[in-house]
Amino acid sequence: MSRRLRDLLGVVPFFVFVGVFLVIPTLVVAIGAFLGDDGRATLDNVTALADGYIVQAFVRSIVLSAVTAILGAVIGALLGYALVTAEPDSTVRRVVTSACGVLAQFGGVTLAFAFMATIGLSGFVTLFLRDSLGVDIFAGGVWLYDLPGLVLVYTYFQIPLMVIVFLPALDGIRPQWREATESLGGSTWYYWRRVAGPLLAPAFIGSTLLLFANAFSAYATAAALVSQGSPIVPLQIRSALTSEVLLGRENVGKAMALGMVVVVAVVMALYALLQRRTSRWLD
Amino acid sequence: MTTTAVSTGVAVRLEEVSRRFGTVQALDGLDLDLAPGELVALLGPSGCGKTTALRILAGLEDADSGRILVGGKDVAGVPVNRRDMGMVFQAYSLFPHLTAAENVEFGLRLRRQSAAARRRRALEMLELVGIGTHAARFPQQLSGGQQQRVALARALAIQPQVLLLDEPLSALDAKVRLQLRDEIRRIQLEVGTTTLFVTHDQEEALALADRVGVMQAGRLEQIGSPEDIYRNPATPFVASFVGLSNRLAGVLGADGVSVLGTPLPVLNASVAPGPVEALVRPESVDLTADPLADARVVAVSFLGPLARVTVSLPDETLVVAQVSSARLADLPPGTAVRVTLLPIPVVVSSPR
Repeated sequence: MSRRLRDLLGVVPFFVFVGVFLVIPTLVVAIGAFLGDDGRATLDNVTALADGYIVQAFVRSIVLSAVTAILGAVIGALLGYALVTAEPDSTVRRVVTSACGVLAQFGGVTLAFAFMATIGLSGFVTLFLRDSLGVDIFAGGVWLYDLPGLVLVYTYFQIPLMVIVFLPALDGIRPQWREATESLGGSTWYYWRRVAGPLLAPAFIGSTLLLFANAFSAYATAAALVSQGSPIVPLQIRSALTSEVLLGRENVGKAMALGMVVVVAVVMALYALLQRRTSRWLD
Repeated sequence: MTTTAVSTGVAVRLEEVSRRFGTVQALDGLDLDLAPGELVALLGPSGCGKTTALRILAGLEDADSGRILVGGKDVAGVPVNRRDMGMVFQAYSLFPHLTAAENVEFGLRLRRQSAAARRRRALEMLELVGIGTHAARFPQQLSGGQQQRVALARALAIQPQVLLLDEPLSALDAKVRLQLRDEIRRIQLEVGTTTLFVTHDQEEALALADRVGVMQAGRLEQIGSPEDIYRNPATPFVASFVGLSNRLAGVLGADGVSVLGTPLPVLNASVAPGPVEALVRPESVDLTADPLADARVVAVSFLGPLARVTVSLPDETLVVAQVSSARLADLPPGTAVRVTLLPIPVVVSSPR
């Protein structure tokens, strides 16, 4: 066996994995989206995407992902900046980065429950605020189980994810660059505008896109939190696949999944463009 | 390299400058004068305060006390970006997202020069530092030496009052370091900017500077021409830090110090008579092969035209002598040699 072939053997498990869990499902979704219940080719599923409630679910999903990505990116970047200005080996930094590592993966049922238990309808913070301070956080409606609630809960895991993915970029910023800017006559504002800003922008935008994809594909948190209706696409897909009221809508679910693949593909394309623009000086 | 600088620069004076970081007294009443157009090197071990002195002059650190005068004006309270000083850092200070030319233009853009004027000046400066053909490259595409050339061009492009070089060669390999060292001196003489150069490399300081200031523990131990520092060290620290010295036991009397039976003139006066250690340069030690002598050659290192020969005395003291390598044939390890000292003045210190 040639050495080249042997080397390739090592990556076989990776390609098998990608094939089984990415390529095949994508193909199933893409093909299924264009098949009717009778197995014949049809555009019905794709045209169903133009239905008001599906369009709305997409709009809500995109808005939810964009808002939590931007909130997470801005707050996470500020937190990351605060961390890099601390001593590199300080306890604060170690504690916060480890905590972020855990919290960024803390989505799903546990996170939904944590929010219900604290600021849910009978959460202890809700009750404390109502009974002791006379403040009713749900006076304007039970927002926690709807889109505003999802924004809050998603932001909770977006911020630590941003800290983790953006910290290396912040660490790459050398103090000499600021000092060089100043010695050449530049102000702090000029440094951020001309040096640190342009240098951090690609990583910042890249991280924001990652956060967008992270929120866009999140399912379990929303599924656990939202019991009424299906405001976002992953929940719509669930109801298309499992609804006992409307039968035979599995392929509409596949069409919606295909729509999600398209949205994520657009995001990844933007990311790739960004990489190409900056790769000449980021090597 | 001894050449007279063209005096177009300004005078710089540090008066009684002190700075403390926590429990460390980084600068302890430092006095330093730079004549217009002069290149002064601050030399010392790490932690001696040389970089702090440079950063205080640049405005990147504040002094706890003391005055800093540039061209006769006190610059206390003048922020870094108004001090008009060009600075070259140890490494990695170029802006990675800008080309070499854009890096050099950076300070000119801040001075609101037109695009055409900026471009012209940038190319001129890159020519001056010898990499005019690399103007369009990004820092990542340049070697360490080339990056430092660009950094020098960037610092000089703004025609600063003072040029500050913070160990600019220490991250480079030996050959490039030597080459760039000579280049820096050539360029500094050409533009005539008053320059403060900080280094821990004595060879660099001695080769480059009009005057060398040797620092220890936040103070200037001695400042003088490279030759003066080498030949007439004022303190045992200077004698041992600059160049090699043998520490040999001697007896200090009224008319000098007696070392290995040879009377030698003494440079420093503040040591009490009696047993002392004398710091004797290897080139002041002469060796003669003599089968009857009781010293033995124990090691030889060849340095090109010169060689260092280590000799063990009967009391096991090791003495290093510097001889012409032409004589090595007569001095293989094991040879019995007579050790004599040339009557060159030495520094003495109390025995350790």
